[in-house]
Amino acid sequence: MKKLLGLTVFLALLYAALCIARGQLPDYAFHYNLGRDIGYYGIMTLEAGILIISGGIDLSIGSVVGLTATLLPMILLAYGETNAAYQVFAICLVLGLGALIGLAHGVLITKLGLQPFVVTLCGLFIYRGLARWISEEQVMGLGNRFAQLKGLLYADPVGPFPKFFVILLILVGVFGVFLHGTLYGRYLFAIGGNERAARYAGIAVDRYKILAYVICSTLAAFAGILYVMQHNSALPSNTGSFYELYAIAAAVLGGCSLRGGEGTVPSMVLGTAIIWLLDRWTLTLGIRSELLSTVVGAFLLAGAILEEMLRRWQSEPR
Amino acid sequence: MMSDTQTTDFAKSSAPLLQVVGISKAFPGVQALSNVSLRLYPGEILAVVGENGAGKSTLMKILAGVLQPDAGQIYLQGHPVRFRHVEDAQRHGIALIHQELNLVPNLDIAGNIFLGREPAQLGPIRWLARDIYRQAALYAQQLGIQAPLTTPVKNLSVGQQQLVEIAKALSLASRILIMDEPTSSLTPRETERLFQIIRQLSQQGVSIIYISHRLREVDQIADRVSVLRDGGNAGELAKDQINYEAMVRLMVGRELKQFYQRHFAAPVAKEALVHVTNLRFHLHQQRPISFTIYRGEVLGVAGLMGSGRTRLLETIFGIRPKISGQIYLGQREVRIQSPYDAIQAGIYLIPEDRKCHGLILEDSVCHNLSLPSLRELTRYWLIRTRQEKILARRMIAHLNIRTPHLDQPVGLLSGGNQQKTVLGKWLARRPRWLLLDEPTRGIDVHTKSEIYALIDNLAHQGVAILLVSSELEEILGLCDRVLVMHQGELAGELPRPQIHEETIMRLATGGKISL
Ligand SMILES: Nc1ncnc2c1ncn2[C@@H]1O[C@H](COP(=O)(O)OP(=O)(O)OP(=O)(O)O)[C@@H](O)[C@H]1O
Ligand SMILES: [Mg+2]
Repeated sequence: MKKLLGLTVFLALLYAALCIARGQLPDYAFHYNLGRDIGYYGIMTLEAGILIISGGIDLSIGSVVGLTATLLPMILLAYGETNAAYQVFAICLVLGLGALIGLAHGVLITKLGLQPFVVTLCGLFIYRGLARWISEEQVMGLGNRFAQLKGLLYADPVGPFPKFFVILLILVGVFGVFLHGTLYGRYLFAIGGNERAARYAGIAVDRYKILAYVICSTLAAFAGILYVMQHNSALPSNTGSFYELYAIAAAVLGGCSLRGGEGTVPSMVLGTAIIWLLDRWTLTLGIRSELLSTVVGAFLLAGAILEEMLRRWQSEPR
Repeated sequence: MMSDTQTTDFAKSSAPLLQVVGISKAFPGVQALSNVSLRLYPGEILAVVGENGAGKSTLMKILAGVLQPDAGQIYLQGHPVRFRHVEDAQRHGIALIHQELNLVPNLDIAGNIFLGREPAQLGPIRWLARDIYRQAALYAQQLGIQAPLTTPVKNLSVGQQQLVEIAKALSLASRILIMDEPTSSLTPRETERLFQIIRQLSQQGVSIIYISHRLREVDQIADRVSVLRDGGNAGELAKDQINYEAMVRLMVGRELKQFYQRHFAAPVAKEALVHVTNLRFHLHQQRPISFTIYRGEVLGVAGLMGSGRTRLLETIFGIRPKISGQIYLGQREVRIQSPYDAIQAGIYLIPEDRKCHGLILEDSVCHNLSLPSLRELTRYWLIRTRQEKILARRMIAHLNIRTPHLDQPVGLLSGGNQQKTVLGKWLARRPRWLLLDEPTRGIDVHTKSEIYALIDNLAHQGVAILLVSSELEEILGLCDRVLVMHQGELAGELPRPQIHEETIMRLATGGKISL
């Protein structure tokens, strides 16, 4: 609760500083784009966060985004231009691929006892390579076709809100209840907090860990789909690179502990929002955009130091 | 109650080595200590007793420099001192054996004993290493640590790990040795050995502060007893005043209730509930283990440390794979591959190691208590938090768990209250077969008695209970029958009339008895 409040205050300060730096209240387009970005990257923060809470990690998010974003236009363009049913099929296919990838990660990690870091690092390489190989490095674009699908998933705002932002809100609702309200969410927290104690408590630990990986990679595939909706095409060698790191950074900024068992859905969204406000900040101040990752890294470090100092201050004698 | 006029042999002979005056310490929501004073003479064995959460460990942590007091002063040989951290206290010759184990799981025994103080020697690493093994061997022999010194401590039982902790503190060659419940997971034999060492140290002039909930031990070993209650001094007992009733009276602050006694009714119609047949649970086992538990029976498992009691329980519960054997509950065979299967069948285990297996330390008391019962607390997949809180409050009241509120991280509770939380998790439910592994470790006498009543009550409801305990009193007072284990084998079975200290010890050490 305290953390949520702290993050909100920090976000507000950041926003105020931004307004002052620009000398005026930002316009609608600014907010629209900001909301779109927060919506898009927030999805990945959620998936990374869920895994981190259960004590896992996924480094392959970006590569899964790349692979699915490369595949989707290829599948769609095969038959789908006028066939709505086929379009739905194509999307389900891609989501299914994501689920399958997550399943593979989960099974390797739980049944073979491999380390999550290693398994998903291998995934990072494998899926990127696959994307480049399947597409033969050709960029496949949707052009201005599939307007209906794009409208549904990306282009049509809901009231004043960008579609991606609304999608994020829906997912926040769904996963907020899932993580904080249901049995399964509680089990994930327990597993992340002390896996052995969870096992002794009769929780089928493997099953829930696999579930977390499946959720994560499925959402990554979904992010890949949304990418195509926004950009019409994907660059097999590049699309999605580093997304996993931004996602993990946002989750950590939002209070997830990499030791597991800690974090909340709303604060993950706040973490994402902070990162994208920082992005706008660097633009406004005329800091070169190449430096964005440096700024994000510096803030993350400052946040970690601040938290540690607060912790010490609380437990020290006064 | 505080009597400064009281004189012990020590007070006559010398000035106090350590004097603590007016110490207070608060944690968020808890006043752990208020205005506590304590004296310790050279070579004295001072026992500090009190109920769970009375502030014993907090006071000791302050003496060892782990925590800083909010107020008060420590004098060492009359000079005011201030310990900013553990090294400060160690430099003054004060070492603390923590109630909770603080070992590095992957490091071996010798490495743990000398952690951070590896003998400073230049030269090849191998030489250095050999030296710590040589030195560690001395302590190991003294304490009876039988495992090879190269064993990683994570492979040791809790009791053996406790011995490693003691060796670590002994090696600090201190003037004051503080032991916070050192015997809570030791068997009578290891305890006896520890007492010899304590007496030896005391003769060499080392002062000992000894904390325990096993009041009979305190009776045996202490020169003086200081009692804490609710974070304050509750009184002091000189050597000739020390007895069980007097200690309990000071601890509880009123006349003691009748201590719980189990009534061993003559078994009516004996109906077998549990059959374990031909169980092999480790490779070197000569003979498979078979036993039966009747409905409503408490079957004890006695044995020395490392005799395989915990492994037996963990195998039944599906944590370790079994090599062969069947388990029948009622008439049906249950196949157990994991704790999940065991729990589905109504078999519950209360584990020995609360930190590793029993609790999620960062999570709240409430969530820890409800974890195994969550399925019954949900509707449409959603956890009914109100019901959850009701359950948690019920167990808190039932077991007298001291916590400022339901959301307190369980890792911040006192050791005994953590143990109560582990018990509460499982006693909230209705098992068919309950496996208990050292259930009352670190729990104060008052609550122990309540837990015995609970166990008896479960037995009356027809639950089969398998109880592993290193506390002889517990085995004697609760069990209808006792299995004795020796080096991973079943050494024998004792019916109620045959349960005595001598028979148990004979079997536990590989001897034979004639029934
Ligand atoms: N780090 C902490 N943060 C908050 N509360 C604490 C902390 N450490 C101890 N307490 C509280 O202070 C009180 C005294 O705890 P302490 O560990 O000293 O009890 P104890 O006498 O050693 O009990 P036990 O017999 O169970 O070991 C307890 O109520 C406990 O919950
Ligand atoms: Mg204690």
